[in-house]
Amino acid sequence: MPDTILFYLLAGVAIIASALVIGQRNPMYSIMLLIASFGALSGLYITLDAPFVAMAQIIVYAGAIMVLFLFVVMLLNAPQEDAAEWDRAHPMRRPGFARFGALLAGLLIAQLAWALMRASSLVETPVAGRGDAAALSSVRALGGVLFTDYMFAFEATSVLILVAMVGAVVLARREDDR
Amino acid sequence: MIPLSHYLIVSAILFAIGTAGVFLRKNLITILLSVEIMLNAVNLTFVAFGRSQGTVDGQIITFFVMTVAAAEAAVGLAIVIGLFRHRESLNPDAFTTLKW
Amino acid sequence: MGLATLWASFDPYLRPSVIGLMIFIVFNALIMASAILVLAERKIMGFMQQRYGPYLVGPHGMLQPIADILKLLFKEELRPKGADRWLFTLAPVISVVAAFTAFATVPFGAETTFFGLLDEPIKLGVSDVNVGVLVVFAVTSMGVYGIVLAGWSSNSKYSLMGGLRASAQMISYELAYATALASVVMLAGSLSLREVVDAQSGYWLGFIPRWYLFLQPVGFIIYVIAGVAETNRAPFDFPEAEQELVAGYNTEYSSVRFALFPQAEYINMVTMSAVATDLYLGGWHGPFLPPAYGWIWFLLKVGLILFAYIWVRWTVPRYRYDQLMQFGWKWLFPAAVLNLIATAALILYFNA
Repeated sequence: MPDTILFYLLAGVAIIASALVIGQRNPMYSIMLLIASFGALSGLYITLDAPFVAMAQIIVYAGAIMVLFLFVVMLLNAPQEDAAEWDRAHPMRRPGFARFGALLAGLLIAQLAWALMRASSLVETPVAGRGDAAALSSVRALGGVLFTDYMFAFEATSVLILVAMVGAVVLARREDDR
Repeated sequence: MIPLSHYLIVSAILFAIGTAGVFLRKNLITILLSVEIMLNAVNLTFVAFGRSQGTVDGQIITFFVMTVAAAEAAVGLAIVIGLFRHRESLNPDAFTTLKW
Repeated sequence: MGLATLWASFDPYLRPSVIGLMIFIVFNALIMASAILVLAERKIMGFMQQRYGPYLVGPHGMLQPIADILKLLFKEELRPKGADRWLFTLAPVISVVAAFTAFATVPFGAETTFFGLLDEPIKLGVSDVNVGVLVVFAVTSMGVYGIVLAGWSSNSKYSLMGGLRASAQMISYELAYATALASVVMLAGSLSLREVVDAQSGYWLGFIPRWYLFLQPVGFIIYVIAGVAETNRAPFDFPEAEQELVAGYNTEYSSVRFALFPQAEYINMVTMSAVATDLYLGGWHGPFLPPAYGWIWFLLKVGLILFAYIWVRWTVPRYRYDQLMQFGWKWLFPAAVLNLIATAALILYFNA
């Protein structure tokens, strides 16, 4: 029972915060709401016996990537989306079309949910079915698999990060007259 | 006990929200944020399936997705900064000079 | 007969209430610690400058923190006109919440049964998760948001610049911090702080304690320097000192919202000292006391590191901002990486 309450609470926060993210005009509010959504997702990872991934989510996503977004938004000091433009812009924004689109989207979600529920016997079993929780959440097991089976991906990712770092510095540099 | 389908539905809803954000918003930063929402939804799916199969592979793939997302966010934001310097606007409709 | 069954009926409520009591004690201890640190800093600063510190309020100025807190509480609660309504209040809240939460996985004593009150021993610490070190690091990196949002939501160019500089400094020194942590984690073989402390029990040659301070002297220095820079203290407090020059991220704040910022800073200091004690100075292990009283040694060691914090602040001049960033990126982080590689190599050599 407390597991179910916890799951619905965290899932609810994640979904509502994400829905609010795409609805805000001010990008600062979007970023803060997204951080809240990441926190809720981190809680969901903990319920899935993945504490290392949960902490990595906070450190990497909420603690680093979102700080990067925040810095860019603050330094650019970008104007917010104009409200009048927001309301009148697109012909597809008219009420009739918008309601029809929302109806279609709702039908899509209902159909997806129905299809998922009927998919296979796998999805009906409790998610904590197989596997020992303690063994799965141990960092030692993670490290063992990461540095043996996924060694190549690990090394390739390190090169990827180096390339991204150099690329970001070069792309964001001002054009000086040298 | 929470069945796997619950986690998958949460992930599907988050992915749909992210996609809606990419299509509907006219602000480059918000579009990048919606892409991050989509990547997180995928992470959740991976971890949920990994748990239901009883292996750690789901968590490991999640590391790589997080790393790639970080790299992509960094480069994407650098491009946004460059674009903003050029046009003083974050509206993707302002960058249509290659259309004919 | 009735009394025995009454006592036995408390059993299922005893453990949760002991945990609740521990949370209460830790929370209040942190608040008390920040108040005592306010006084300690001014007294120690005074003695180092050949004068008494605060002297009038209470015996030898002991009640000075109460006077300070009352003054701050009675000030007018201002909010600048253009300031963002939600973020202006949210920023100090984030700072303080992150500061308190970081102490959640820090253990401060060995397992005790509270003199036989509990049927099985309980560990002294709010909680013990198997990724405790990462939790401390994650929550500390959330503290950056408090400063950044404070700078931005004040709607003032100077506050914005001060906030950005402070947060850039914090995230730069987080790298060296995490790498020094990683070296200790390699030695201990676990990410749980309690297991790191337990790996430091015992003695070499009968009298040298097995602290990681002796195995990782460079790591300890790197960790302490990075910790000092993380908490925006001592020689690395240029963003704070900007207040003396132009403005800082908390210029537009007053009264309670302002009071939360220094409190968050002091509690971050306490957390850094506690984690440094657990990682490098052997936590609660000490010579003469039985393990159940280990927390006394823990408090002594934390107090020692806090004294060193205050000592360094009033002895050394502060770094200029570009010198600070250069030091963090060009000297401290490479030193931490070399330390990590050397530690890994030596572990491999001696275990083969």
